[in-house]
Amino acid sequence: MVVPSGSALSTHFTDGAVDAAGVQVPRVRTALTWRDHWGTLLARWAIHRMDYRVAPGLYAAGTPDATSPVLVSANYKMSFDCVRSALAGRHAWLLVLDTAGINVWCAAGKGTFGTDELVRRVADTGLDRVVSHRKLVVPQLGAPGVAAHEVRQRCGFRVMYGPVRAEDLAAFLDAGMKASPEMRQVRFNLRDRMTLSPVELMQGYKVVLPVAAVLLLLGGLRSSGWSWDAARQTGGLAALLLFAAFTGAAVLGPALLPWLPGRAFSVKGAMLGVAFAALLPLTGGAGSPWHTAAWALLIPALASFALMNFTGATTFTSLSGVLAEMRRAVPVQVTAAVVGLGLWVAGLWLDGGPTT
Amino acid sequence: MRYIEDVVTLELDVDRCNGCRMCLRVCPHAVFQMSGKRAVLHDRGACMECGACARNCEQGAIRVRAGVGCAAGVLAGLVGGSEPSCGCSVDKPSGCC
Repeated sequence: MVVPSGSALSTHFTDGAVDAAGVQVPRVRTALTWRDHWGTLLARWAIHRMDYRVAPGLYAAGTPDATSPVLVSANYKMSFDCVRSALAGRHAWLLVLDTAGINVWCAAGKGTFGTDELVRRVADTGLDRVVSHRKLVVPQLGAPGVAAHEVRQRCGFRVMYGPVRAEDLAAFLDAGMKASPEMRQVRFNLRDRMTLSPVELMQGYKVVLPVAAVLLLLGGLRSSGWSWDAARQTGGLAALLLFAAFTGAAVLGPALLPWLPGRAFSVKGAMLGVAFAALLPLTGGAGSPWHTAAWALLIPALASFALMNFTGATTFTSLSGVLAEMRRAVPVQVTAAVVGLGLWVAGLWLDGGPTT
Repeated sequence: MRYIEDVVTLELDVDRCNGCRMCLRVCPHAVFQMSGKRAVLHDRGACMECGACARNCEQGAIRVRAGVGCAAGVLAGLVGGSEPSCGCSVDKPSGCC
């Protein structure tokens, strides 16, 4: 008896083993436990996100036999969880590719969820001896990396593109491996957008928080020297504004995405930033007129950049579109940021910020 | 929701199409439709250039500059001097996916 390389036979998401043509493969639990949900929550907040993987190889759901369908997935734990939880009460094989812990769509774009890895994994697991049919259900979002006709030529298996979302897997299988047009289309509703917001926030804070600390210290500078009082007032306000502007843009930007004007995300972000900046006078401005002018430039530049970076989290932005908007937006963002910072630093010397 | 449409690089050579419908199946934005026995570009502006259609077209009838529409990836590519790519790798985590 041979244990397939890399297949962990005992984990919290498996329950015993199933015979697959003389090889014992782990049987997955189809009900998610608190440990799965907790892991997902951490990953959504970018904690251990890059180390959230399962061992590649063959798994079983229920008690599959030679006629059971084979579903292909990535070894990102969240992708794997989606598929196995969609298989409650069913008998199927689960072929997990090594995508280095990256989800199906992103891995397909890189080619790690691809023809080569699929063909290799089919051979490694001896799939042609485990099942009598020659069909692989590959998630549709894996198609950028998988050439169905090449897979068939190289290992004899026919790729059946399954639905975009794992929740439609049962309906797809019951319909004789047919997907409705709705199952074939990605969506990006409010819930999808807000799910991705925490990761954006956490990634952004890695830059925003150090910069805020630098502003806090710089804010203490005056023509007369550095003082902690000045740092607390001017620098503290600057750090707070930076933090608030980025947080506001990273949360409200994705939430209001369909309603913010413009197609370019940088424009949508700038509009949101202008709205934030317009609130400044209501809060008594950002100190001196110099600093109010500085933040009127810095906040829209920051919001524009933050929302532009959200393009990578969406399901509908093209590379050509991103390049086109970046060519126009980045010079404007950089100019606004440089001039804004210049005004802010000049303000420290010229009128001492809010302390005078 | 729709994005910047006039810069999309997707091209379909209808003369080479054999009507296998694979592009209709793999496209996540319903860009293709059948017109008689051949596929046509029904909504080219909705294309996100994921490259699934071109990769799965046995006839080589589809051309697109495939890539990820990710500004962070483009910036990482500029800094690193490589092609724009999604930075969601193990060693270099960035804002995407």
